[in-house]
Amino acid sequence: MNWNILLFQVFPYVALALLLVVSVQRMRHKPFSVSSLSSQLLERKLLYFGSIPFHWGVLLILLGHLLALLIPAGLLLWNAVPIRLYLLEITGLALALWTLSGLLVLLYRRLSNRRILAVTRPTDVIVLLLLGVSLVTGIFTALAYRYGSYWFPAVFTPYLWSVLILRPRPELVADMPFWTQWHVFNFWLLLAVFPFTRLIHIITVPIGYLWRPWQIVIWVRRNRRPQVAPPLARPYSPPTSEGPSALQDSGGSYGSD
Amino acid sequence: MNVRAHVSMMFHLDKCIGCHTCSVACKNLWTDRKGTEYMWWNNVETRPGTGYPTGWEDQERFRGGWVKKNEHVELKLHSRARGLGNLFFNPALPEIDDYYEPFTFRYQDLFNAPEGNDQPTARPVSMITGEPLNIAAGPNWDDDLGGSKLYAQNDPNWEGVAPEIQAQMAEIERVAFNYMPRICNHCLNPACVAACPSGAIYKRAEDGVVLVNENKCKGWRMCVAACPYKKVYYNWATGKSEKCILCFPRLETGQAPACFHSCVGRIRYLGVVLYDADKIPTAAAVDDKDLVAAQLDTILNPFDPEVIAAAKANGLGDDWIKSAQESPVYKFVKVWKLAVPLHPEYRTMAMLFYIPPLSPIVSTIEEGLVKLDLAPQKLDFELFDHLEKARLPLQYLANLFAAGNLEVIKPILRKLLAVRIYKRRQSVDGSMDEATLKLVEAAGTTPEEIEAIYQLTTKPTLAQRFVVPPYHREMATEVWSDPLTHKGETGVGFIELPVRGD
Repeated sequence: MNWNILLFQVFPYVALALLLVVSVQRMRHKPFSVSSLSSQLLERKLLYFGSIPFHWGVLLILLGHLLALLIPAGLLLWNAVPIRLYLLEITGLALALWTLSGLLVLLYRRLSNRRILAVTRPTDVIVLLLLGVSLVTGIFTALAYRYGSYWFPAVFTPYLWSVLILRPRPELVADMPFWTQWHVFNFWLLLAVFPFTRLIHIITVPIGYLWRPWQIVIWVRRNRRPQVAPPLARPYSPPTSEGPSALQDSGGSYGSD
Repeated sequence: MNVRAHVSMMFHLDKCIGCHTCSVACKNLWTDRKGTEYMWWNNVETRPGTGYPTGWEDQERFRGGWVKKNEHVELKLHSRARGLGNLFFNPALPEIDDYYEPFTFRYQDLFNAPEGNDQPTARPVSMITGEPLNIAAGPNWDDDLGGSKLYAQNDPNWEGVAPEIQAQMAEIERVAFNYMPRICNHCLNPACVAACPSGAIYKRAEDGVVLVNENKCKGWRMCVAACPYKKVYYNWATGKSEKCILCFPRLETGQAPACFHSCVGRIRYLGVVLYDADKIPTAAAVDDKDLVAAQLDTILNPFDPEVIAAAKANGLGDDWIKSAQESPVYKFVKVWKLAVPLHPEYRTMAMLFYIPPLSPIVSTIEEGLVKLDLAPQKLDFELFDHLEKARLPLQYLANLFAAGNLEVIKPILRKLLAVRIYKRRQSVDGSMDEATLKLVEAAGTTPEEIEAIYQLTTKPTLAQRFVVPPYHREMATEVWSDPLTHKGETGVGFIELPVRGD
């Protein structure tokens, strides 16, 4: 097994397996551990300059990658006119730089503010660094190997699909430049650490808020699960010729509402 | 009619001595964990003052509660889409310094300091960073008008109070203040519930307690900003929001909440009121001046056969209806009309009611001497006819408890005064005169009602103050377990059930 197969064929499946299995396990059995872990209460000025560019930037860039994955033909069609290609590339690059600036602010804030440091765990820093690697390698790729949006549909769309449909073709990545390979590998790495870090808050984005009723009123008792009383715990009732006692008939001796 | 029960609350501010026992009882029971040190689910504020967190009533900054738009209400904080847009940064969220940086002291230094010429001291240290800090604020930093220039003068409830009266209030000879304990109001139209993107906050239909589901909470912290009373707190250590739970584990075992039970001045009353849930949307959207009346209108008469039938149709048992009939809160709020919610203009329909405080008459000061023209026994009569002379300005109380509507506050104060004057005549003078009886009539009350108010105000037993409805613990248990199985496992484990692993 060579490095190419290990990093771009085996590892992606390890990452995806971790992502799916551990995320489900954590959401189901340790829901209390899932939170955005906001630290706005402790510091808000730097957060404003960090969090907003970072989050919106990452969202838009991921959306761009997703579009290239889903409609590569559309992307190529768009890029057919040079001015549109330049516009897309410049927008992408600007977004990446904007995001990176936010990330650097967040990293600085996390490591310099005493209050934030008090709630910082190693994984918080690791996640920021990994995302930084993605951004830097991405920006470098965009600058050095122009134009990414031009060759992405030819190389990465088939590669990502090949992984997703379980017929991996790691050789597609084999001849890519080092920075680009690193960018791809780092993506799988992020997926692998996703369920173990605060990144998991991404899947809790509360889209349902757009349509749920304003007020939530819960009848606690009406929600209860049907329970079967254990036979040994039943109160003693003298045997009668008519079979089960009246108490048992009405569903136990402890009343109902 | 959609009848539901609400375990509701009433605080009699005339009886509050500002001892903070309630706050400490609550703190010791619920919020002495890491990340909760700054949370005061129960706090006691000096009024006039800016309260806790500082300036919480400034809704232009914190954007709490609801605003009226045409015939309905909208969250002041955000629309649905904007709520999602603000997930990454919530501009209306208070910072820890709006509360205070929680602190403790290095007590060990008192014992471990090396021998020297100086007395060892226990330095204050932050409970967040662990580093030494200069204490600059606390939960009752402006207690008894401490730092009035910074706090009492910036009370937003001065709005509409004449500048000369405000200036008088600042004079040391005329200073007047009262205490106002606050807990979560367990509102009928809670803004925290509506603002939560995850839908983690809910109101229990059985008893009206508003709770945060800590498993569903994802720390988007919109509730903190949306609650106009700032009674939802963000736990900075766990990344979850927490709030007053009205001691529901105590309620479910027949005990009053810890802050109620520990109240030294016995100012707190608790009992069930029945309300019509269908009326909430309209009652929350009436004009400012009608808000109190509209809210009281949602509270139903538990003796009315129609209400009883509708309550039973909604699953309420006879014992809860009986509990509602004996409720001291129902008597004070609906029958005697003495108690009103705090800041009804936030339109959350708070279910904690306050009896506004009476205050002494304003005396005039001439040439440095306090001048009282009236014989002491006439003073109360004077105040009854001239409520505007009360030391706590009427407008101030109206801003606190009636969305600025003086006509809501006046009859309450007049009735309270009537009780005081009548009982004084009766017990001190031992006789009743025409003037007093006339005054009682003018206050819209009767000697019988006064006697009842007097009894429940000054001499209630614990069981009369707290009419905790029978919760049927065995039925509550059915939510998660078979009650008889649960009984055998009590104390063995609930978070991690004592079952064989696999």
